[in-house]
Amino acid sequence: MTDGTAGNGVAERPMRLSVKKTWKMYIGGAFVRSESGHTLTTGAEAGGAAATGAQSQEVICRGSRKDVRDAVKAALGAQPSWRGKSAYLRGQILYRLAEVMESRREELEERLLRGGAEAKAATREVDTAIDRVVTFAGWSDKYQSLLASSNPVVGPHFGFSVPEPVGVVGIVAPSRPSLLGLVGAVCPVVVSGNTAVVLVSEADPITALTLAECFATSDFPGGVVNLLTGLGAELIEPLVRHKGVRALDLWGVEDERARQLEAFAADSVKRVTRRIYEEIDWYDAAASGLGFIEPFLETKTVWHPMGV
Amino acid sequence: MTTAAQEWSSPPVDRVMVEARAAALGCRSIKTDAKRVGLGLAISMMDLTTLEGADTQGKVLALCRKAIQPDVRRPSVGPVAAVCVYPSLVRVARAALAGSPVRVASVATAFPSGQSALEVKLEDTRRAVGDGAHEIDMVIDRGAFLSGELGRVADEIAQVKTVCGAAHLKVILETGELGSYDNIRRASDLAIAAGADFIKTSTGKIEPAATPASTLVMLEAIRDHFFRTGIRIGMKPAGGVRTSKQALHYLVLVKETLGDDWLTPELFRIGASTLLNDVLMQLAKLEGGAYEAAEYFTRD
Repeated sequence: MTDGTAGNGVAERPMRLSVKKTWKMYIGGAFVRSESGHTLTTGAEAGGAAATGAQSQEVICRGSRKDVRDAVKAALGAQPSWRGKSAYLRGQILYRLAEVMESRREELEERLLRGGAEAKAATREVDTAIDRVVTFAGWSDKYQSLLASSNPVVGPHFGFSVPEPVGVVGIVAPSRPSLLGLVGAVCPVVVSGNTAVVLVSEADPITALTLAECFATSDFPGGVVNLLTGLGAELIEPLVRHKGVRALDLWGVEDERARQLEAFAADSVKRVTRRIYEEIDWYDAAASGLGFIEPFLETKTVWHPMGV
Repeated sequence: MTTAAQEWSSPPVDRVMVEARAAALGCRSIKTDAKRVGLGLAISMMDLTTLEGADTQGKVLALCRKAIQPDVRRPSVGPVAAVCVYPSLVRVARAALAGSPVRVASVATAFPSGQSALEVKLEDTRRAVGDGAHEIDMVIDRGAFLSGELGRVADEIAQVKTVCGAAHLKVILETGELGSYDNIRRASDLAIAAGADFIKTSTGKIEPAATPASTLVMLEAIRDHFFRTGIRIGMKPAGGVRTSKQALHYLVLVKETLGDDWLTPELFRIGASTLLNDVLMQLAKLEGGAYEAAEYFTRD
């Protein structure tokens, strides 16, 4: 065809090299490879995509314990400024995440489809995930009123109790639903001023890394949310034992392993929340409730003399 | 004594190669047992430093306690080599360190700029020594050096050395202000010839402070002087050394340039304030297996 079109009149695309995305981890606001240089192929060692009928294999980073250390360091560094921001601003930033997810919803849906979801279910999950972010954005300046109290004390004092963020929270993300579960676990942790180090699900790390791009392009400061990929068996222990981590949110860790992890956590007096993702109705309003925010707050009580 | 008329002919420094070599020597993987030994060595060579306008007696006392026993949970760790303070706090440090092997180092000669009359610098030094400083960290007058008044700089060092008496003299070149590796090499040779016991990179008040490459240039000056005269001059990188990894890097530089003889607090020091906690955290990690957090260690 001399005019550069195929017989049907549609322009032929010139031959080009394929541009494949390198799926990196999200640490300290940057997309980085594993410090170890090791990788995994989804559907092979990770045992995920193949099991759920995914069509393509992707290469992801196999995070190491030093990546865990780097992520905790980033989360610790981001902590003071994030908790110092006004609740209103944190709400605005979460809402911005919802905006970004909305504009990338086709990509998010496609990831879920590749992970084996049906079209309707994928649409519903993305809808609910975005709504969930909006709901937690709304919680940002409201949960305090429900959890704080003016205490009835005897004597010429006021006694106030106010909720404060605990610090860095380590999250072992729920495996399913891969998008909604991750959003539903991370947002209630960071909305109150905590920063998070998340071990994303081995079953569908690509959806999590697509969400990482949403975090990166919304207004979250680097280090507030850190997403690590790799093998839970290698990464959970250094995360649980790291003394800079103040609380743990363990989804779907079986009993025997959990007992061991709780013993490790006790060494540095971490609070541990353990939940089973299959038992949560992620599409129910209860999954966007105060009960998801509260475990990662600690109560500060202040005595204040009257008349001063 | 005066070296004013001496011609300074230092060898030129190959910038690219010195940076490449210094970087290459930082790539070694030092793990477990070697790391434990290296970190212990780094602690024994540390000049624990506080040089703030806001320094108080209380802060120096706390620092001295930490110098003697860096980690109360691990009594076998430490002590460090010396505590480095301003002249006005030398007495406090001496009293607090009495009976311990930890030395007292004092900065002097109009630290950190060195921009003052020679009489003032000498008096500054005299008082610090009189108050009991074992070691004097003097600064050179970089303005004079950069104007080409090498003789004057050498003369000042020689006079300060005389005033020091038995106290060890460390000469701070402030490499970050010298502009080139050639100048760093020239200043190193000059300080050594004028009587320095140690040469030291930086005051810690200027960026860049110690870098592996500038340290390597100075180590080579020390090596060449040793080959010529058989005299061992000490080295002290200071400023910007904050992590265990950096400290180990400097130890590798020393070992590869000068050999094991220099791996002693008599001939090698690291000037630092925040480095100690990082080393303690690394040692605790080696022992306990869990990554440590800053809140488990004393804040300086």
